[in-house]
Amino acid sequence: MRVVVVGAGPAGMAAARTAADAGAEVVMVDSEPDAGGQYLRGRARFSHTGVTHLRNTEVWMVEGNTLHLRGPSDRRGESRENEAPSAVAAAPCAATATPSAAAATPSAVAATPSAVPATPSAVPATPSAVTATPSAAAATPSAVPANPRLLHFDALVVATGAYDRPLPFPGWDGPGVITAGAAQALAKQGVTLAERVIVAGTGPFLLPVATALQDLGATLVGVYEASSPTRWLREAKAITANRHKIGELAGYRKVLPRLETRTAVIAKHGDRVTVAKLDSQWRPVSHRTVQADLVCIGYGFLPRTDLLPDASRTDDFYDVDEHQRTSIEHVYAAGEVTGIGGADLAEAEGVIAGAAAAGQEPPRKAVEAVRKGRLFAQALARAHAVQPGWRTWPAPDTTVCRCEKVRLEDLADASSMRELKLTSRVAMGRCQGRICARNAAELTGVPFDGQRRVIAVPIPLGELAALPEEK
Amino acid sequence: MQPDVVVMGAGIIGAACAQALRARGLRVVVLDRHGPASGTSAAGEGNVLVSDKEPGPELELARASRDLWPELAEDAEWEEKGGLVVATTPEAVVPLQTFAAKQRAAGIDACEITTADALTCEPHLSPDITAAVHYLQDAQLNPVKATRALLRGIEVRRTEVSTTDGRGVTTPDGVISCGAVVNATGPWARNFGVNVLPRRGVVLVTTPIPGTIRHKVYDADYVGAVASGDADLQTSGVVESTQAGTVLIGSSRQRKGFDDTIESRVLKALALKAIALFPMLTNVPVMRAYGGFRPYAPDHLPIIGEDPRTPGLWHATGHEGAGVGLAPATGRLLAQLLTGETPLVDPHPFRVDRPEVMV
Repeated sequence: MRVVVVGAGPAGMAAARTAADAGAEVVMVDSEPDAGGQYLRGRARFSHTGVTHLRNTEVWMVEGNTLHLRGPSDRRGESRENEAPSAVAAAPCAATATPSAAAATPSAVAATPSAVPATPSAVPATPSAVTATPSAAAATPSAVPANPRLLHFDALVVATGAYDRPLPFPGWDGPGVITAGAAQALAKQGVTLAERVIVAGTGPFLLPVATALQDLGATLVGVYEASSPTRWLREAKAITANRHKIGELAGYRKVLPRLETRTAVIAKHGDRVTVAKLDSQWRPVSHRTVQADLVCIGYGFLPRTDLLPDASRTDDFYDVDEHQRTSIEHVYAAGEVTGIGGADLAEAEGVIAGAAAAGQEPPRKAVEAVRKGRLFAQALARAHAVQPGWRTWPAPDTTVCRCEKVRLEDLADASSMRELKLTSRVAMGRCQGRICARNAAELTGVPFDGQRRVIAVPIPLGELAALPEEK
Repeated sequence: MQPDVVVMGAGIIGAACAQALRARGLRVVVLDRHGPASGTSAAGEGNVLVSDKEPGPELELARASRDLWPELAEDAEWEEKGGLVVATTPEAVVPLQTFAAKQRAAGIDACEITTADALTCEPHLSPDITAAVHYLQDAQLNPVKATRALLRGIEVRRTEVSTTDGRGVTTPDGVISCGAVVNATGPWARNFGVNVLPRRGVVLVTTPIPGTIRHKVYDADYVGAVASGDADLQTSGVVESTQAGTVLIGSSRQRKGFDDTIESRVLKALALKAIALFPMLTNVPVMRAYGGFRPYAPDHLPIIGEDPRTPGLWHATGHEGAGVGLAPATGRLLAQLLTGETPLVDPHPFRVDRPEVMV
């Protein structure tokens, strides 16, 4: 039997290994040149008997038990304009084309006008956003052709991760604002982004990002956490079950003096950044101005759930059972697509999904790790939930949707997402709402219905016309 | 206060009926389970066409609608872009020209132009086309904005109707009594007693390439595909831009119930036909595909009138893929029949009492 795993982060790699060890023929498909996902960024050195790793390969559609793929040869020579949300990808590309040069001249990125908020491609899975020259695909065993367009599976594990959620404020779409995930991705490659940086948002992920930037020599103006740490006092059970997480905090002790809670960046004009103290609902109660070149923002994560538009979801995360099964037969999901809980939870879910996909009982140890990890994930979701007061940050002329240049005042009242999109064009552009749909829904009070995207990545008409005929 | 008329369905047809009834002084409430333009209306391209209709009752309804739309669609991205119908094979030349001649005789602005002129109109059009007809009256609008414009000042309630007896409707919140009920539920109209079936369609949307494609351009075989009743997949090349610069690519027809999966073979067929019309589209990325259900009546004519079996229940459905184009005249005709005015077109062909329609 063949198990196909989509995504080569901690969850995907664990699923691939486990399924292969259980005797399945495994193909792990990933859009990056190297395994590791966002978390390990190419440092995973993945190699496992029984696993074929299809690199630089995007899955653009799942149809029955077949994946539609775009491999490196399909994408070669493609203009950057044609790629998924590219407005932002441009910045990381410019920076990484010559990583050493960029590192030597810290302002290289900050000076680029497009070094800006992140669209999904700047951050997680979309392949080439960060790497300008993908390496050649690895040699693959004979069972799978070198550059398949179609890939059949007996079981599928979707482990496509998540990307940062930005919240709009005046200036967020201007130069010098990127997502925390994009900042960390660049930092992991040794790219210094700016001299004076701010990391703002909510959740423990802000701390490693701030640490990575500081380690590269940036001056950390502040780490602003919008929520109150006292929310964690209600989460004793989750903390007890995940004591090792507290130990992780020690690794970030250098940036803790810069941490301010109930604080957020609510405007940026040039290097003048407005920093506000917030009430419990995230409404600003007072503000001050600080100077910074770069603001890195991350208000939690949005799951990358495009591949299974028909799978049952809650708050856009895939619903899974104790075997990581989705609502679709023979399809499993693992990692951040099922909820945000960190790399160790993702890996444990991957083990369970890989075992179950290959027809085996999941190892008890992984089941226990998932049980504990989910307690933490649920506590995290509660303690760092985005609070409605952020809706007071944008001004009427603040951009909500960057692709279609839709401002807050352009959002008409609507009763559904579809009506909102078709009347204001919000979420109708290149990113297809991956960045803005959730924010637009909250700003207007329209129920967020989890976007249904049949085509997971843009694909040229010529490639659609050349699709192989199914037998 | 009890409404005079309850309109079931807040799509473009329900909205047009409500608008016309209200203009005659009636109190109207519109009900929809998902809100305005949440079904078929938003799943098309917003076309207002005369070019694809042969002379007959539907063309008369289309012409009447075409005259009414500009005033009603003022805030709805109304664009008199014109249609360009092209033949792509030598065999298709004579049928296209014959069809256009019949339409001209019925008063339609159908101008035969040379293929060279067609290429001047549409510089990226394939030079392999064999004939072209320019339809000046074809237009386009944003169907969601148009629906909202029609519904302005009219109460829309979000609820679902289970049954109606023509004097009231039953909803989960109770019975709403009224003088008359209009069934404008599009492909779901069968729930209220008329034989309307869903006919699937899929549209591809490209990334924006503003100014590249100027008209609605379609292959002459489209007319045959529309008129067919075949359940199997049929596709025909239909290409046009929106005001946002994206290109919409259709059209497909399939009868497979309310199955809303999008099949790659449909995407492939649409892409092939679009590239045959505009080879430059080969390298343009598709960023989205969406599908919808046309309300299909087996004899291909809209159903507009009172149900002889249930006095007080009126139907306005079965417009298949032409609901946006036919909406204003449908609404007016229905309102005229309901209030006893002289109808703007002959209502007889659209009556409910047709063998294919009564179920």
